[in-house]
Amino acid sequence: MMVDAPEPMSPTWSLHPSGDRSLVILCTHEDPKVANGWCRALARALADDLPAGIDGVVPAMVSVALHYAPDRVLDAAPEPLRDGSSPYAILAEQVWARMAAFDLDRVPAGREITIPVCYGGDYGPDLQEVADISGLTPQEVIALHTAAPVDVLAVGFAPGHPYVGYFDARLSPGRRSSPRSDVPAGTIGLANRQSVIYPTRLPGGWNLIGRTPLVLFDPYRAEPSLLVAGDRVRFVAIDPAAFETLAAGQEGRP
Amino acid sequence: MSGPLSIEVVKPGLLSTFQDLGRRGQQHLGVPLNGVMDERAHRTANWLVGNAPGAATLEMTLLGPNLRFGAPVRIALSGADLSATLNGQPVPLNEAVQAAAGDVLAFGAPKRGIRAYLAVEGGYALEPVMGSMSTNVRAGFGGLGGKPLRKDVSIPLSPAPGRTLPVRGALPAFAADIMREPDAPLRVMAGREHDMFTQESLRAFGAEAYQITPQSDRMGYRLKGPPLERRRTTEMLSEAVTAGTVQVPPDGQPIVLMADCQTSGGYPRIAHVAWVDLPRLAQCAPGARLRFEWIDLAEAQRLAVSQARVFGAMENGTA
Repeated sequence: MMVDAPEPMSPTWSLHPSGDRSLVILCTHEDPKVANGWCRALARALADDLPAGIDGVVPAMVSVALHYAPDRVLDAAPEPLRDGSSPYAILAEQVWARMAAFDLDRVPAGREITIPVCYGGDYGPDLQEVADISGLTPQEVIALHTAAPVDVLAVGFAPGHPYVGYFDARLSPGRRSSPRSDVPAGTIGLANRQSVIYPTRLPGGWNLIGRTPLVLFDPYRAEPSLLVAGDRVRFVAIDPAAFETLAAGQEGRP
Repeated sequence: MSGPLSIEVVKPGLLSTFQDLGRRGQQHLGVPLNGVMDERAHRTANWLVGNAPGAATLEMTLLGPNLRFGAPVRIALSGADLSATLNGQPVPLNEAVQAAAGDVLAFGAPKRGIRAYLAVEGGYALEPVMGSMSTNVRAGFGGLGGKPLRKDVSIPLSPAPGRTLPVRGALPAFAADIMREPDAPLRVMAGREHDMFTQESLRAFGAEAYQITPQSDRMGYRLKGPPLERRRTTEMLSEAVTAGTVQVPPDGQPIVLMADCQTSGGYPRIAHVAWVDLPRLAQCAPGARLRFEWIDLAEAQRLAVSQARVFGAMENGTA
């Protein structure tokens, strides 16, 4: 007997104040991974059609925050909205109107960016341990990590620091019980089907499986952050010789 | 007599950084806003010397620097009273003052508040990074080489526009409900996860004293007081945060995020400090005891708009 596949549950959106200068658009869905996808699409759509007075659109895992100046929202509001409403209420109404008009299914996909990674050894001292925890060989961990493009879920914690996912369910080690105080720039962390890439020397509690020679963040570049939420990332394994060659090519940059 | 258009740092002070109104529009890249801790003082200092509000000022903390002027320049100090002197003579706050080439601006004991702002007519000649001159000390960019002031460095100045400064009579007239007494309670509105906290914790936060601990800086003020408990421990996904966000880690002791805070956080937020009260908080030192007072969002935004109207009048020359 044929059974129709269940319709994917549509997300539920809600708006919330977060202090007097931020409005948070929350996406609720039984699967946070799905909610994250909707948030990335919404953030891209909003960035192209912002109400006045907004200083930033900041997507997170299942939400999109709009940072705004209350006086500028008020001043730019169309007359009928201004009758004693708070700037938050005015902005909420403008956001709802836009969201009703967006077709988030049709928001174009983000860029696809290739990230070369030298896995294991000094570059990724936890690769063997991750393999052991996951019941895989190090080669199988690398194969799963490079198998398919993954999404940049959010950028945060430090300038240019991305969260990417979701990897195969077998790549689900927890975070380390004691974080390292000093993780080298470019290091790829793995935990719970996600990776982070440390853009600069930082403390970190993720399992370190490799390192990229690419510069993730440079405030003097035209595009300071290599990755933004909504991009797709394809990890590609390289050997230490290729790493050193590529790293040398990155030196001398401002 | 005129020397180089610069200021020599004779002594750097405890923590002196260039800040402006912040690195807006970059938070989706994980880049903190930074910017001044006391926006009213910063804008007042710039206004007194005829600068635009977005010009950088030098934010000086507790123990100010010793600075020698290479050329004559009009300056203004606003914010904390850090016992400023020019060649040994007291310098009034909130007044434009003419400094001559060779003059030395020095600071003594902090008398009131902890952050003073120095504006120079024409502004500091700093290179904006990602749209702002604010110093991001943690990431090492912005301001003067991404660092707080250091001994013996030279601060380049932009030439003054060469017009007569408008005479600034009375200071900008902020309403009494914006410029409250330094020890008046800080107004807070319900945080995003307000409902997660017990009724007793919500009551305590709005009634009891919370002391600023020494582990407090431009990133955040860690407070110590009656612990804030949650009714349930639900796992949270991180979300955007801003200066003024009051988050509560598992130990129950609140942290008020300040100008250098990260762009997102994963601790439950019991409250948000009203924007207009952040300058007052910024002038409180470790050891100070704070009280909070619940207000609603509409009131916080009414105050924010009222303050912005005064800022606007300053900019238009009608203040």
